Amino acid sequence: MTFWQVTLNLLDGFGMTCAIFALTLVFALPLGLIISFGSMSKFKPLKAVVRVFVWIIRGVPLMLQLFIVFYLPGFLFGSPIFNRFTATIIAFSINYACYFSEIYRAGIEAIPRGQIEAGQVLGMTRFQIFTRITLMQVIKRIVPPMGNEIITLVKDTALARVIVVVEILFVAEELMAHAIIWPLFYTAVFYLAFVGVLTLLFGWFEKKLSYYKV
Amino acid sequence: MEFLEVQGIYKSFGNVEVLRGIDFSLSKGEVLSIIGSSGSGKTTLLRCLNLLEKADAGTISVNGEIIIDAKEEDSYTDKEIRDKRLRMGLVFQQFNLFPQYNVIDNLTLAPKLRVKEDKSLTKEEKAEKIEAIIKEAEELLASVGLSDKAKSYPCEISGGQQQRVAIARALMLKPDILCFDEPTSALDPELTGEVLRVIKELKSGDRTMIIVTHEMEFAKNVSDKVIFMADGVIEEMGEPNQMFSNPKSEKLKAFLQKSDEKF
Repeated sequence: MTFWQVTLNLLDGFGMTCAIFALTLVFALPLGLIISFGSMSKFKPLKAVVRVFVWIIRGVPLMLQLFIVFYLPGFLFGSPIFNRFTATIIAFSINYACYFSEIYRAGIEAIPRGQIEAGQVLGMTRFQIFTRITLMQVIKRIVPPMGNEIITLVKDTALARVIVVVEILFVAEELMAHAIIWPLFYTAVFYLAFVGVLTLLFGWFEKKLSYYKV
Repeated sequence: MEFLEVQGIYKSFGNVEVLRGIDFSLSKGEVLSIIGSSGSGKTTLLRCLNLLEKADAGTISVNGEIIIDAKEEDSYTDKEIRDKRLRMGLVFQQFNLFPQYNVIDNLTLAPKLRVKEDKSLTKEEKAEKIEAIIKEAEELLASVGLSDKAKSYPCEISGGQQQRVAIARALMLKPDILCFDEPTSALDPELTGEVLRVIKELKSGDRTMIIVTHEMEFAKNVSDKVIFMADGVIEEMGEPNQMFSNPKSEKLKAFLQKSDEKF
């Protein structure tokens, strides 16, 4: 197999890696916000339920969660509900949403009470205070930890191969069956390039938000 | 009936009684200073007036209209609370400007939102009102001497300037009564003057104001009325000259002596 053939094969798998990455973000970013509201709720039972849920999701390996989402419905009801890709997105989205929710919570709780009160005495609604005052300050605070978590996600996508989702590492492992090992190491280049781009992106974003201090 | 009537305000946090029956009144255009040591309940009283805290008992009326009745406070809708809050303005010790907005946007944010959510207005009327808001904001900024900082961000201006912006921001919503919670306590001494000057100018503009302060000299100069609070009650109330030169209660005497000793 030539270098180009391998590259093209790996690119195919890399497309899947990117798809898992992008879709997980699309679902996990907003879901995390909802979970963070739950974990800060003044309604104690809801808060307790949400915090236990976050504990379970963060306490169980993501690999096991992939197995559960994909195999458990089949085991219980006799037939699988989700295909491999859907199961992956569900497991990843829920898992990352829980991590994101804790980052959001830290960001929201760090907002000085005075900011919210200033909005209140100016007659703003709770929604306006959140969207116009708090949110932008939260975003600025959470860019570095979110960057960290999102970079971890790039590499966690490799876990999807345990339920036979054909992402880049899976492709490389298949090539090993043809007795070529070097593509396995070659995959690192793809990950590094991806993470490099993300790092630049987060750096740019952080700089863009540097016109004010919180 | 006086312009502002505050009657029987009680407030506890858990077992701690912070306010134990506060009564006072204020005429339109008068300036009231509230003095007293930390923990005497001054700030809590101000926060009750602005509905940032719910009083346990008591009523507050402005211009003959009861705006807060502690008995009914739980039944107020969000909209009612927001409208009631607008009767009172509040300037915070820590300024609390919104860091992500420049100075002019800090002033116009809340009034603009109120226009935008008013469904009775047509698009043209809204545009007209928003234009008026921006114009008013520019005028207010000029009146606190900060026209050249309109496009600056809070982190780019000094504490004294930030507090002047905060005062202008509070005035944007045309409160009946403007409250100040230790407006100069977070400032370096050389910056307090500019803020106090602005407050003094507001007094000559016939604004009704309540000022919680540690600046005794300022309280003496600017107020029509002074309240000395101790342990959640009004220990002494009266004209500034008489209060400062001839205090009646022992607690006020001790307090004034202590604040002189500082130097």
